[in-house]
Amino acid sequence: MTAAAYNFAYLDEQTKRMIRRAILKAVAVPGYQVPFASREMPMPYGWGTGGVQVTAAVLGPDDVLKVIDQGADDTTNAVSIRKFFVKTAGVRTTTDTTEATVIQTRHRIPETPLKANQILVFQVPIPEPLRYLEPRETETRRMHALADYGLMHVKLYEDIAHHGHIATTYAYPVKVEGRYVMDPSPTPKFDNPKMNDCPALQLFGAGREKRIYAIPPYTNVVSLDFEDHPFERYRFDGICALCGSDESFLDEVITDDRGGRMFVCSDTDYCQGRRGEKVPPKAATEAVRD
Amino acid sequence: MYVAAKGGERAIENAHRLLAQERRGDPAVPELTLEQIESQLTLAVDRVMNEGSLYDRELAALAIKQARGDLIEAIFLLRAFRATLPRFGASEPIDTSAMAVRRRISAAFKDLPGGQILGPTFDYTHRLLEPQGTEAQDEPAQAEAATASMPRVTDLLGSDDLVEQSPPDTGETPGDLTHDPLGFPADRDLRLQNLARGDEGFLLALGYSTQRGYGRNHPFAGEIRMGDLEVEFAPPELGFAVPLGRITVSECQMINQFRGTATEAPRFTRGYGLAFGHCERKVMSMALVDRALRARELDEEVKAPAQDEEFVLSHSDNVQATGFVEHLKLPHYVDFQAELGLVRKLREEFAASEPVKEAAE
Repeated sequence: MTAAAYNFAYLDEQTKRMIRRAILKAVAVPGYQVPFASREMPMPYGWGTGGVQVTAAVLGPDDVLKVIDQGADDTTNAVSIRKFFVKTAGVRTTTDTTEATVIQTRHRIPETPLKANQILVFQVPIPEPLRYLEPRETETRRMHALADYGLMHVKLYEDIAHHGHIATTYAYPVKVEGRYVMDPSPTPKFDNPKMNDCPALQLFGAGREKRIYAIPPYTNVVSLDFEDHPFERYRFDGICALCGSDESFLDEVITDDRGGRMFVCSDTDYCQGRRGEKVPPKAATEAVRD
Repeated sequence: MYVAAKGGERAIENAHRLLAQERRGDPAVPELTLEQIESQLTLAVDRVMNEGSLYDRELAALAIKQARGDLIEAIFLLRAFRATLPRFGASEPIDTSAMAVRRRISAAFKDLPGGQILGPTFDYTHRLLEPQGTEAQDEPAQAEAATASMPRVTDLLGSDDLVEQSPPDTGETPGDLTHDPLGFPADRDLRLQNLARGDEGFLLALGYSTQRGYGRNHPFAGEIRMGDLEVEFAPPELGFAVPLGRITVSECQMINQFRGTATEAPRFTRGYGLAFGHCERKVMSMALVDRALRARELDEEVKAPAQDEEFVLSHSDNVQATGFVEHLKLPHYVDFQAELGLVRKLREEFAASEPVKEAAE
C-alpha cells in the first residue's frame, strides 16, 4: 500500500490550474455554466464537492475561511468541510462573516453584507436552471445559446395560473447581466436580491454535474418575474426568538409534539453578533486581502 | 478429425471444484468465519437480507461467504432458501414510532422533539484511505439510549394538515407478490413490496433520475430513522400477540411537492421507504421511486422511467434480471443456426438484386 501524501488544499496543482481556468472563463462570461473536469473528492457528491473544489482552487495560505450550511457554522456538513480544509490546507478559519476572505456556503447568503475582496463559494446540486423543464443537456445548452428562455417564463406563468403565485421558493432563477438565466443554487429566494450588485465575487461549483459559473463583483442580477407579478422576497413574518431580528431569514424549530414551534435566525453568526456573543474579530480588516 | 464436444458432466464437476478453490483463496490465509462476516460486514448482510427478503443474519452471512462476496448471488441463495420455508402466518404491523432509535435525522427541521441523532454514519467522514483507521479506536461516546418520545416528522406536520395523512387501514390483507403474480396496475402495497425487494442499484439510479428532472418531485428527507423493533405475532389459537424477536429496520419518510385541488388545500405529498437493517441508500431511493410511482394517483403526467410502474416493477428484481441477462451464456445453438440460415438467404437475395440496382442508376 502506498502511503498517501496530499498537496496544499488536497488537490494537486494541475487540477487547481484547470479549475482556475474554468473560474476565469466563468467570470468572463457571467452566468454561463463552464464545464470542468470535476474530480472525485473524499466526500460524496451532493455534500458540496463542487464548492470544495472551487474553494481548494482559490484558497491561499493567508486566507481566512468560513464554511456555512443552511446559514449556520455549526451544522454537521459545515463542520466537516471546515475540518477538511484545516487538515489539508492548515488555513485559519472563522465564523465571523466580516473576517472571512473565502466563504463556502450551502443554501444561504450571509445576512451581513459582503465586501469587496471576499469570495463567496456556493455548493450547487443542479446548475441548470432549465433542468426541471427540460431534462436533456443537449437541449438546454441549445436554449442557452439562443437565449431561448420562453419555457421558463411559461413555467412561472403556469405557477401563477395554478396557485396565484410563482411557486418557486428556492433556487429561484435569475438573469445575469441581461444575458444568461442562472440557477442561484437552492438558496431561499429571500437571498436573491443580495446577489445583485454584490461587491464580493460569487463562484458556483457543481461537482457531480461538472460545471462552474460565476457572478463577478458589481454585476446586475435580476430575479425573473412579470410586470404585474413582480418578484417578492419571502420571509416568515416574525422575529428571531433569540436576537429579535425582524429582517433575517428564520428557521422553524419544532419544540414539542403539541404544535409548539419557535423561529430563529438561520445565520448563526449574524444572530450571535446581535446578541453581543460574538468574539470581536482581531484585525478583521487586515485579514481581507487587497 | 472432428470430435463433438461431450463430457458436460465432468466439465461441470471440475468447474465446481475450481470454484470451491477460488472461493477459499490462499490456504495460508485463515478462512473467513460466519461470525466475522455477520459482525464486520454488517451492511453487506443487511443488503442481502433485504433483497433476499429474509431476516436472518447468519444465513445471510453464509450466503455472502458461499457467493464469494457477490451480493446478488448471495441474495439469490437466500431467496431460493426462503422459497422452501413453510409459512405459518403474518406478523402484526410494526410501529416505527415505537422504535428504539439508533439514528434519526431530519433534513427539514434543524431541531425537533427527540433531537437529531447521527448514530453510526459514514456521512461526515472524509473518504481518505486509512490503512490503520479501520480498527476500533476509543470507546465511542455513550449517549443515554433515546427513550424520549420521538414522534415521526410526518406525524408532526400531519397534525397541522400540512402533509398528506397515511392512508387509512382498510383492514384488507396486503398483497404478496411472492404468492401471487404481479398484475398491472399495481396498488401501493405491492409496489412497496416490490421496491423493498428491488435491487438497490436500480432503485438508486431511478431515484437519482427523478432528482435530475426525469420525473422530478421536489423531495425533502423529512426523516430517516434506524433502530430496533420487536416483531409480534398473534397465533389464532392464542388470540393475543406474542413477541417473536427483534429486528433492525431503516425508514425514510420523504416529503415531496405540494399539491392542492379546487376542493383541497395545498399540502405536501409523501414517498415512503422501509428496509431491514441499516440501509439508508436503499430506503431513500425507495421513497423517491415510491413517490414517482404515485404519479397516476396524484394526476401527474407519466413521462419519465421512474414514474412508469410497469417499467419499474418489472425490472427491479435483481435475481430475475441477473438470471435473464446471464442466461445468454447458455447454448443458443439451434436458434442461432436458424438465424444464420435466414441471414445467408437474405444476403444471397441481396447479391442477386445488386446488378439490377446498378443498372437502374
